[in-house]
Amino acid sequence: MGSAYVPGLKVLENTKLQVERRLPLKGRVKVRVGERVSHEQIVAETEIPGRVEMINLAARLGLEADDLPSHMLCKVGDSVRQGQELARSESFWGLFKSSWPAPISGTLESVSEVSGQAVLRAPAQKVTVQAYVDGTVSSVLKDEGVIVETCGALVQGIFGVGGESAGIVHCAVKEPGETLTPELIRSEYRGSVVIGGSLLTLQAVRRALEVGVNGLVAGGIDDETLKEILGYDLGVAITGSEQLGLTLIITEGFGSIAMAQRTFELFKRHEGELASISGATQIRAGVIRPEIIIPSSGAAQKESQAPPELSLEVGAVVRLIREPHFGALATVSSLPAELVSIPTGARVRVAEIKLQDGSRMLIPRANLEIIAGS
Amino acid sequence: MRWRKALEIMSKVNVPHSIIATDCGSTTTKAILIEEREGEYRLAARGEAPTTVEAPAEDVTLGVRNAIAEVSELIGRPLLDGQRNLIKPYDGKQGVDMYLSTSSAGGGLQMIVAGVVRQMSAASAQKAALGAGAVVMETFAANDRRLAHEKTEIIRRLRPDMVLLAGGVDGGTKKHVTELAQLFAAADARPRLGSSYSLPVIYAGNREARAAVGEILMKKTALEFVENLRPTLETENLQPARLKIQEQFLEHVMAHAPGYPNLIAMADRPIMPTPAAVGSIIQRVADKYKANVLGVDIGGATTDVFSVFSGVYNRTVSANYGMSYSISNVLSEAGEDSVKRWVPFKISGSVLRNSLKNKMIRPTSIPYTVEDLQLEQALCREALRLSFEQHRLLATGLKGVQRQADIGAMFDQSKDDDSLVNLLALDMIIGSGGVLSHAPKRSQAALMMVDAFLPEGITRLAVDSIFMMPQLGVLGEVFPDIATSVFEKDCLVELGTCVAPVGPGRTGRTMLTGQIGDRLISLNFGDLQLIPLAGGQNVYVELQPARGFDIGAGPGQLWKGVLYGGQVGILLDGRGRRPFSLAVSEEERLQQVKRWQDTVERAH
Repeated sequence: MGSAYVPGLKVLENTKLQVERRLPLKGRVKVRVGERVSHEQIVAETEIPGRVEMINLAARLGLEADDLPSHMLCKVGDSVRQGQELARSESFWGLFKSSWPAPISGTLESVSEVSGQAVLRAPAQKVTVQAYVDGTVSSVLKDEGVIVETCGALVQGIFGVGGESAGIVHCAVKEPGETLTPELIRSEYRGSVVIGGSLLTLQAVRRALEVGVNGLVAGGIDDETLKEILGYDLGVAITGSEQLGLTLIITEGFGSIAMAQRTFELFKRHEGELASISGATQIRAGVIRPEIIIPSSGAAQKESQAPPELSLEVGAVVRLIREPHFGALATVSSLPAELVSIPTGARVRVAEIKLQDGSRMLIPRANLEIIAGS
Repeated sequence: MRWRKALEIMSKVNVPHSIIATDCGSTTTKAILIEEREGEYRLAARGEAPTTVEAPAEDVTLGVRNAIAEVSELIGRPLLDGQRNLIKPYDGKQGVDMYLSTSSAGGGLQMIVAGVVRQMSAASAQKAALGAGAVVMETFAANDRRLAHEKTEIIRRLRPDMVLLAGGVDGGTKKHVTELAQLFAAADARPRLGSSYSLPVIYAGNREARAAVGEILMKKTALEFVENLRPTLETENLQPARLKIQEQFLEHVMAHAPGYPNLIAMADRPIMPTPAAVGSIIQRVADKYKANVLGVDIGGATTDVFSVFSGVYNRTVSANYGMSYSISNVLSEAGEDSVKRWVPFKISGSVLRNSLKNKMIRPTSIPYTVEDLQLEQALCREALRLSFEQHRLLATGLKGVQRQADIGAMFDQSKDDDSLVNLLALDMIIGSGGVLSHAPKRSQAALMMVDAFLPEGITRLAVDSIFMMPQLGVLGEVFPDIATSVFEKDCLVELGTCVAPVGPGRTGRTMLTGQIGDRLISLNFGDLQLIPLAGGQNVYVELQPARGFDIGAGPGQLWKGVLYGGQVGILLDGRGRRPFSLAVSEEERLQQVKRWQDTVERAH
């Protein structure tokens, strides 16, 4: 494959960012173009239809299904209260009466004379969408949401769990290769986004939950730790809806892997600033990576929206995303055109890379991730 | 209707000289060029590029053009013009005559099916959807014991592309299927793609309930009626529902997927769901050779299993078993020990889990070290095994049919298993998908399939050379002869034949004797032997199973027939079946697995 390499995750500074905030269904947009919004502000809202109760009234009242409509005490579209009689039947010339009460409050949606069922719908539930980042509304998506524009830093992680959150950035480790242990998580980190080094240990995550940390970011995590935190074995990487009490983001991969120096330095520079984070990850069908956005007050110098055409060229800085040297950074020194045999016996397109220790290797292009960004 | 109309006009089409076909997968788009050379159609070149259905491109044709551009470079002939449009027709110097495509990008076709009784109309609806190339996200039945509000929540959350609603025999009760219609009306679900159009619902149930179902669903959904897929308890009529699903796939789902309107406009024939295309070519092969065929297509996210036994076609999709996106799910379903048993070196649970999770989050990376490859291939065995187990459970005869049991059936325990899949009667296994088609050694693909499916008796093994069955499937809908010819000459790679006696035994006992070519063979229980026999070198053999062992002619009965060679040869598998087990001690197991892999890899 001509371009069989992985576009890198973004690590950007001082960049104009646009964040789409969209409702799951059409609804109302509550802000206008040009309006300043804070990350917690509701920018759009809608109602989703309430849950339904299907009641086989004909069977409950001993009626034939086609007799049901004439025994109903309310009409389709009527509002009903919980306990209100929905239908009544009489037998033996009115001697015996039976009725059936509404199990929930709501609206009578339908009555079928074929199935003998009545459908009751509970009141609609409100769904809101927050701005997520501090910024300015740059456009309104009619009835659906808004685009919020901000400028600042963006770091994409490789995998995360937990939803959207925000907090002040605190670096709990001194070096990107340091393990995040529970002692490093101080009580004043409550409500913060804590940056770790190479590994999120189970004890550190538990300590963060105790303290009330909003987000944890590190290079790696052991799969066994993740399983313990989630309470189940994650099968497919579609995340973001977990209710864990905090959001976890890893920037490099599973296992103990030092956070990329560049990423770590970016966090160091932004210590004490507010970050918006999301653990939502979806690797299949519309790749979504977890992210940390740190808005700044100054004007952006770069646009992030038109992603640069990343191409694997001689001189490009790449990261190895598979063994050997998983996680290491390197520079592409040549791109042989012909297929090359690798130790598995497969013949693949490779790149010659120069590792930071000066050694050179031929690595499949598919195992290189281009380092994107500034 | 476009689908049917297109099928109708196919016979009137002039046979082209040059055809380009693409398969837009969830990760990569693969293009093949088929051309007539010296009176026969052959594969001329193949190219691929990342699929571009997602942001930022959100136009699948971009990836298609990139893949075609690679083909163009390889053959040294322009296929795209300055605006990157396909040059048509072929004028001797540039262009092609026809462009076809299949697609499973963006998650393919995702459906919810419903029927009145889980084992009857719901099972038939599931088969119809799977046969049309869908991923069945959920199956509802009136008798599945879930509460109505739970079901409506599931429907809303899953947001399917389409619903197939069945239930009730023609002229039977309307009550239950009407209840199901109310369920979908109450859910008021939106389809996955396109927030402003109605959810397509295909009704294929009791024809006399159409009016009642129409009244409930017509205003809330895009409702279509087709013939009842289970008109009587004894009959199944799946084809009308399948055709309607494919038609709706094109008109609703594809038309709302990012960039697909452009692809539809670009293609000369309707886009086919990838699994439907693969199923089509498998059926064509089974029909041509009058053989029982098992096909498997293992992808990154899903694994499709296709079978044709005694002319009956079945397809299942294991939506969460695959080699990249779904790799962790295989580990979680199979269990660590099941995966580790195939790994010929010591590995800790922690390293194994982290390695596989890293593949999940970086799905396009490939194994570089031998150990990494062996780990992926171990996982592949389990993904195939689990998918095949699901297939066996779903590929059954009709349930709910009254049968007269005779005294023999009462004593025959196998009658409890209604699966149509009979491994002893299976003639051929065809493997497809990156991990099989692109295994560094063909022998590795052969052993993965044998370990996973545990074929019994005499079974030919083959793989799709370069993963081109989808394109040949859609080509077969237009030009069946060209598709079959290319399939045989360029797609199918014969690996050889597996001979596996079935029966109880103990290690070291002789299971099978005979002569293959000029070589006398004797197979002991527990052994795996490889007899070289190249492709095209087919030999007539007489094989004598020991008492109690069966290779297809009956226990202890002499088997006479032809064994087919291939790139691997004849694999004599005496490792036992029902049950197949590995050594208990880790040291012994490691040696055993290594010995088996070494035996088979000698073929190279």
